[in-house]
Amino acid sequence: MITRIERNANTEINAGEDEVVARLFGTIREHLRTLKRPLADSLFALFIGLLIGAALMLVFGHNPITGYISMLKGFGLFIREGSFNKTEFLEALAYSVPLMLTAITFAVGMRAGIFNIGAEGQVYMGAVAAAWIGGHLVLPTGIHVLVATAFAMLVGALWAILPAILKIFAGVHEVISSIMLNWIAFFHVPYLIIHHFAGAYAERTAAILPTARYPVIGASLTAVIFVAIAACVVVYFLLWRTRAGYELRLVGDNPDAARYAGVNIRRAILISFIIGGMAAGLAGASQVIGRPLLGWTLPATLGTVFGLGFSGIGVAVVGRNHPIGGIFAALLFAGMLNGAKFMEYDFGIPSDLVVAIQGVIILALAVPTLLPMIRKWVKKIGRKPK
Amino acid sequence: MILEGIAFALAVFALGLSLMALLDTFRIKTPKVPAWLHGEKIRGRIIGIVAIVVFVLYLMWAHDLLRLELFEYTARALTENWTSLILAASLLATPLTLAAVGECLSERAGLFNIGLEGIFFLSVVVGVRGAEILGSGVAGLVVGALTGALIGFIFSMMAVYLKANQLVLGMGINIFATGMLAYLLMTIWGFPGIHSVRPALHIPKLLGYLTPVFFVAVIVAIVAHIILHKTLFGLRIRAAGEKPEAVDVAGVRIDRIRILVCTVGAALAGLGGAFFALGWFGEIVKEMAVGMGFIALAVVVVAGLEPLLALAVAFVFGFVRVLADWVATSAGISSVLPGAFYLMHMVPFIVTLLVVTIFIGRRPFPKALGKPYIRE
Repeated sequence: MITRIERNANTEINAGEDEVVARLFGTIREHLRTLKRPLADSLFALFIGLLIGAALMLVFGHNPITGYISMLKGFGLFIREGSFNKTEFLEALAYSVPLMLTAITFAVGMRAGIFNIGAEGQVYMGAVAAAWIGGHLVLPTGIHVLVATAFAMLVGALWAILPAILKIFAGVHEVISSIMLNWIAFFHVPYLIIHHFAGAYAERTAAILPTARYPVIGASLTAVIFVAIAACVVVYFLLWRTRAGYELRLVGDNPDAARYAGVNIRRAILISFIIGGMAAGLAGASQVIGRPLLGWTLPATLGTVFGLGFSGIGVAVVGRNHPIGGIFAALLFAGMLNGAKFMEYDFGIPSDLVVAIQGVIILALAVPTLLPMIRKWVKKIGRKPK
Repeated sequence: MILEGIAFALAVFALGLSLMALLDTFRIKTPKVPAWLHGEKIRGRIIGIVAIVVFVLYLMWAHDLLRLELFEYTARALTENWTSLILAASLLATPLTLAAVGECLSERAGLFNIGLEGIFFLSVVVGVRGAEILGSGVAGLVVGALTGALIGFIFSMMAVYLKANQLVLGMGINIFATGMLAYLLMTIWGFPGIHSVRPALHIPKLLGYLTPVFFVAVIVAIVAHIILHKTLFGLRIRAAGEKPEAVDVAGVRIDRIRILVCTVGAALAGLGGAFFALGWFGEIVKEMAVGMGFIALAVVVVAGLEPLLALAVAFVFGFVRVLADWVATSAGISSVLPGAFYLMHMVPFIVTLLVVTIFIGRRPFPKALGKPYIRE
């Protein structure tokens, strides 16, 4: 720490242009060094996931290598054709939007020491809130999108308030309360859709008015991705550049130290729930007012939003509970999900295999010390012959 | 109108009360806080209960249920022919009891497995496949139980020896199984989402709804109760969750107890999972067991980790579910109060929220629950 400060002080004294560049690279290198371990862990888990996925393909008579080459098409990489397909790449980006947002819910919770798996229910609530504003309210262009988005975030946050209150005041474990609220939302939202917000068809909400739709960029990607990325960056700044964020992370790292330092633990937990709820609400909205592929509506079966919250847990775990890491992890998961359909078209490998692979990745990352442990074993085995 | 008025007044009162408690908690000076509101525990509980009450009132309002007809139909539901409803409830109670009893044991030993849903999903498919290969429904149930045991074994090995985060593991199992269910349905039978089981493989039913597996579940609950409370091994299980150091000092292997108990518990859940297809529906549907694993978790929480109570709670939750279907199919109710069906489905979850909030201090979870045991 001291050396770093001295180095910074030195560079400040004679800050030529080269020095500035050197300093920039220095900080980048430093960041990369801190990134190395988590990155290695995530990549290793990905490797295990793909390995087990390959085994599952082999057992049922599919060729894993051609299968995975097909899956890469989901990222826009058509390796056999030797071309890059922009449409598919944009499609993968569109898939990643809700995932990076629900990942925030889980990641911020984990940073505050809370196992918040309530994103699922908050996504439903956000989606139905956006569907209501977008389909039933008449507002001017521009404002309509904003209001729908903001309202979805508000409703998502409100849905997160109850587990927060129960946790803060009554000490109810957040896993229990958020599971219960997920399923309450699962039965609550269909009723809202069918009996309150339905349009011409009873089983889905009225179509979103054109004024409430995010402008389409290409394929089924809309401008909502900028909102999502902005949300990730804002959460990053909130957590790492503000006092409230520091307190939040302190509560997660070491609650005792936080208590002695006079941190308001309850407030930190409440903030983590609210940030998570807003992100999940936005994720729900993104599927309704920001995804042309899904028909600008929310079906009563919740098929277009079901499972996003749970996938977000996987994304957050791979992204090492970091909002920026979550963006890349979301892209990875999204590309895999998007590529699954090619596996099915090309070789008849059911697309759900990708979900199973994601499960394996999560399982591998649940073990914090997996990679060091394996390294130790490898060393031991390597030493034995001597 | 009258009901809405009462509900509104209740909500306002509740909100006011909780606001006072809130202000008091954050040490903001308020003119007058009732003396009984002081004291951390009671205050927290009151705020929690009030929040839930307000939440339930919101749900009832949103589901258009704040109407006088509600009383009329509740009375009608109470005079319904209950025997058939109760018998039907025994079907749902069976997998719930099995999974919940297993989870009770596992949590007593200190392993928190939220992957019950995943165990259901996987054991359904593997169990049915086993039944088809071995040509017998009972063998299918056994295969399902073995599937559950394998998952539980892997889970507990990772949790005990690799010190993995048990909650992440549980969610990982759930997501893995969601994918595997659909993948296996497609690769084994080549048909998406649904597969009918040969009638010869069904577990025979007595009296229309009652299955022999239900009695197995009842026996399992009783045996689990006896083991947990009347034997030395049960004492060790409970100690492994409450104070693992003590068990370790006494020369008993914590790791073995935890792995054994968790494996047996997951095997019970696997038996319940196979029962879905072989003893109940007679087919596999992709969405068949969706949410059931989480209801089983709710049962565990409400039962406070007591196997016998878990049996009772599972039965009540199963009954509520059956009643919801009855509400949906009786013409009068579903046209006047369409929201009743949806609200009935939420009842287990709302009850769980209330029970944990009310009894939070009285029936605590084991101290070492979810924490890996690290020897000093």
